[in-house]
Amino acid sequence: MSALIQLRNLAKIYQSGDSEFAALHDVNLTIERGEFVAISGSSGSGKSTLMNLLGCLDSPTRGNYVLSDKDVAQLSRIELAKVRNEFIGFVFQNFNLLSRTTALENVELPLIYARVPPAERHKRARESLERVGLGHRAGHTPSQLSGGQQQRVAIARALVTRPPLILADEPTGNLDSATSVEIMKLLTDLQASGMTIVFVTHEPDIAAYAARKLLLKDGAIISDVRQTPALAVA
Amino acid sequence: MIPAGETLRLAARALRRNKLRSFLTTLGIIIGVGAVIFIQSIGEGAKSRVRAQIESAGTNIVMLFSGASSGPGGRGGAGSQPTITWEDLRAIQTELPSVAAVAPQINSQQPVISETNTWNTQITGTTPDYFTIRSWPVANGQLFTASDQASAAKNAVIGQTAAENLFGPGVDPVGQIVRIRDAPFTIVGVLERKGQNAMGTDQDDGLFIPLSAFQTRMQRGLGKFVPGRISISAVSPEAIPRVRQEVSQLLRERHRLGPDDDDDFSTSSMAEMTSMLTSTQDTMTLLLSAIALVSLVVGGIGVMNIMLLSVTERTREIGIRMAVGAQPTDILMQFLIEALVLSAVGGALGVIFGVGLGHFIAPKFGWIMETKTQIVFISLGVSAGVGIVFGLYPARKASQLDPIDALRYE
Repeated sequence: MSALIQLRNLAKIYQSGDSEFAALHDVNLTIERGEFVAISGSSGSGKSTLMNLLGCLDSPTRGNYVLSDKDVAQLSRIELAKVRNEFIGFVFQNFNLLSRTTALENVELPLIYARVPPAERHKRARESLERVGLGHRAGHTPSQLSGGQQQRVAIARALVTRPPLILADEPTGNLDSATSVEIMKLLTDLQASGMTIVFVTHEPDIAAYAARKLLLKDGAIISDVRQTPALAVA
Repeated sequence: MIPAGETLRLAARALRRNKLRSFLTTLGIIIGVGAVIFIQSIGEGAKSRVRAQIESAGTNIVMLFSGASSGPGGRGGAGSQPTITWEDLRAIQTELPSVAAVAPQINSQQPVISETNTWNTQITGTTPDYFTIRSWPVANGQLFTASDQASAAKNAVIGQTAAENLFGPGVDPVGQIVRIRDAPFTIVGVLERKGQNAMGTDQDDGLFIPLSAFQTRMQRGLGKFVPGRISISAVSPEAIPRVRQEVSQLLRERHRLGPDDDDDFSTSSMAEMTSMLTSTQDTMTLLLSAIALVSLVVGGIGVMNIMLLSVTERTREIGIRMAVGAQPTDILMQFLIEALVLSAVGGALGVIFGVGLGHFIAPKFGWIMETKTQIVFISLGVSAGVGIVFGLYPARKASQLDPIDALRYE
């Protein structure tokens, strides 16, 4: 089976007036299925740009991006939306749950856009919530949940379409260290069950949970090392 | 596309979250639609009342007036100068096949004195055919006869209102004597109640006497000419244009008018009056409805305003939806349906408001409400259309947001 992600000379250039700014230049990267990758770098290093491109929220200026055998570099907005729905689950630093909407309904959201009929949608959303250990909180709204619980709901939402790739942008950025550990355990667990997880962090102890660590600087990958993850599966 | 039911549920929920705001927004639509329904219903009611009143006078009647001449004495309008002779009248009655009956009539407002009361009422001098033309039978007693007309007999037929005012309610006026200008008249019959005419005059407030008696007692007139105006009934409502044409032709011949001369008489039909009166009403209704429609458009702007606000407030929600796979069309539909629901609910409430207002207000002013289902559906359609037109811009704006910017929006 081929690699899940293949980036070839990927570049994102922003133009302001006559000057050009390359947020990302000539990135070449291959991520295999089932990998657990951490992306680090200081602010302005291009890691957010890379995440947006990987997440199909943005299109590159140049280069190729093959996701799961599909060239997604120059897709239309509609096709990108379909790719996001089908292949990618997002986890954000600030959770990004719909307020005044129950956990279950939040988890159902991607399935609505996947045109899954209501009965199956409820069933799958419930399963997904149980997977992250929040089956008993299905009827709670985000404001009734702790930060860690909200992030679990967000992870359940990312899982619910059974995408091959989970992208997490600073998933522990808004959480205390004890809760951060819980979330990283959960992600490790998901990776162990066969999912590919790529996350961005600036904290070395969080990056330590990954099996592969990328370091970005000035829009380029300056180091790519394999390591033994903190919670290596025995 | 997501099933409509799903989007509808979503819209209903979003609107329920801001109940007061949603209500205030729809208020513009409610008032607009309500006003349209109310005005149209009142207008329609008034129109059908006029139509019924005119029809009660008889639909197959042509009125003939003398005058409208332009001679050496200057120009004059209808009735300004007697030009129609008794000979003309006879010719119309006997020579024209589409004419059923002819009756001249002349009116004067006069005090009528009974034994107990004095009452100012309309005295009409006419011939017995008048009652046939107006299809107005007696409720009690009998009509005066052709021989009464021939002998200028002082017999009278009375309307119900005049009778009640002269003799008091419940008294049978038949056989009673009344005095008009000192001349005693015997009441020989009471007419059936006819109600108001198109102009709002009570037709039952009147006394009818032979035209000959009218001429001897009240107004001498010129013996050769027929005084007042002349009612001509056609054999059928369809024959009216033919009657007018034949009468005109006959009178022009008899008056020896050349091809360049104007008519020295004029005719008008009830159908003409109906369309004239109802067209005035139509114009008024149209004008008022146009004003009401403007308020509907203002309501639409209110919907657009609130939808733009809603899109801005929910930018992050839009970003989240896009991140998990909502397509631009999904977002477009979500906001468009929301605007549509807002204005359609407003439209439905407006219909209820308009009809309710009518039923509350109309009786107080003696108006009649007649709500056409057609108008209800048009109003609902227009308000839904307003929702779509004014919801489209905000919805497009939402669907064209960049997911990254939307997600970062605070």
